[in-house]
Amino acid sequence: MTNAIEVRGLTKRYGDVQAVAGLDLDIRQGEVFAILGPNGAGKSTTVEILEGYRSRDSGEVSVLGVDPARPTRQWRSRVGIVLQTANDAAELTVRETVRHFAGYYPNPHDPDEVIERVGLTAKAGKRVRQLSGGQRRRVDVALGIVGSPELLFLDEPTTGFDPEARRQFWELIEGLAHDGTTIVLTTHYLDEAEALADRVAVVARGRIVAEGTPATLGGREAAKARVTWADGSVETDTPTRTVLELSRRFGGEVPGLTVTRPTLEDIYLRLIEPSAN
Amino acid sequence: MTRTATAVTRTAAADRPMPSVLRLGLARGALENKMFFREKDAVIFTFSFPIILLVLFGSIFSGSMEGTGITVSQLYTAGLIGAGVMGAGFQNLGIGIAGDREDGTLKRLAGTPMPRAAYFIGKVINVLVIALLETVILLAIGVFLYDLDLPSKASSWVTFSWVFLLGVSGAALLGVAASSLPRSAKSAAAVISMPFVVLQFISGVFIPFTQMPEWLINIASIFPLKWMCQGFRSVFLGDAGAALELTKSYELDRVALILAAWLIGGLVLCLTTFRWKGRRDG
Repeated sequence: MTNAIEVRGLTKRYGDVQAVAGLDLDIRQGEVFAILGPNGAGKSTTVEILEGYRSRDSGEVSVLGVDPARPTRQWRSRVGIVLQTANDAAELTVRETVRHFAGYYPNPHDPDEVIERVGLTAKAGKRVRQLSGGQRRRVDVALGIVGSPELLFLDEPTTGFDPEARRQFWELIEGLAHDGTTIVLTTHYLDEAEALADRVAVVARGRIVAEGTPATLGGREAAKARVTWADGSVETDTPTRTVLELSRRFGGEVPGLTVTRPTLEDIYLRLIEPSAN
Repeated sequence: MTRTATAVTRTAAADRPMPSVLRLGLARGALENKMFFREKDAVIFTFSFPIILLVLFGSIFSGSMEGTGITVSQLYTAGLIGAGVMGAGFQNLGIGIAGDREDGTLKRLAGTPMPRAAYFIGKVINVLVIALLETVILLAIGVFLYDLDLPSKASSWVTFSWVFLLGVSGAALLGVAASSLPRSAKSAAAVISMPFVVLQFISGVFIPFTQMPEWLINIASIFPLKWMCQGFRSVFLGDAGAALELTKSYELDRVALILAAWLIGGLVLCLTTFRWKGRRDG
């Protein structure tokens, strides 16, 4: 399988701050890859370098076989970007905006199909100003995908969404991934990464500190389970045996029984602790 | 949000040519005009200022200039056309682009294959439309309220055309360059409008040069507005009005020279200082 993105030894410094400190990354073609990390970890800087917005100090970067420090129109037409904050074009309608942006690309999707796909057909004639936050975000996504990109960057796409809107948004992303679009997602929501991503990477202190599938990140699958009941709690490698013993002791039902493995969030918080390495 | 089972169809093979710069520039121009005229408060802000001033000054000063047969309101019509053209370029773009930088327009566009020139072509089209419309409105007020005679000679309209085009392009480029000065879109209106208002007062739009100290005239002579107004006076006040100029002549050759110099200078400023990113984007 070929890589859509390859990064070797990437560095970027702002004054005294080493934002990115020798970062390596491979993102395969067609996968959904989530980049997690606290604010200031170098996540946004890295993504903006990949998007061709920012220069780097050193390292090798290839995005769809091109160095993003020298973006061409051809390359831009293969990459879709959904930015974190945009409040532009408020006076245009959804359809006008999507149609206009389709005109920038050599092989655009049909604008009305794209509007349908992001679920805005009923709002197509409305001015962007009149949309809710979640609907606006869908316009952003429509503009990101209208050029039929091979690679799509999504920067914290569901911040400020209500749970219902987030579920709908996830379905949209799953649909895009299903069509073979490579998707690079940054997010603060661990459940979002778990629901969408084939693989995740955690960025801290300007480096990747862990990488893997959501189920195995940071040794999650091998971690002990915690069995908790009404008046006790224990960490164990053999939770089934513990539950059986408890059941025998209580003579059937165990009051207040739960069995949990560390969540992705538990693993994540451990990984980004300042002392961890 | 319904999830369609079928993939969205790609409309063509992968190696279609990129859309041309000119086509996208024209598309941007149409879009800019649409956005501008839908933003009602901006439309009012841009158009009303010179119109209100013309009606106001025309009503206050009803006399005529000695020995020329030219009324004060006719003088103001010519001057305010200059100010209106300058405002359409400098003020409108200076504030508008600062807004585009802050609301994410520029960053979003920079992430698409839109050629950057298309953005500027669109802005210039927008400015030309606004400036032309403003000129027509001011002329109509001048003709119907203040007995301004439209020139009948073709040569006057040739002069009008080059003064208008040089003036509006120079002002637009200066506006683009000035848009990088404000720290945010909120402060842009103040940062851009202040020098423009001062410039109008010292460039003979409101106050005749004969009533101004020489050092102020010297400062005004550096900037394009004085020369633009002078060019427009030559068109609309005719030979009789030349007597009112400081040098008893409209000096059209110098008007052309200085407006052209600003055009080139503005272009250089734009190319060297334009930022596609906001200050907060680093």
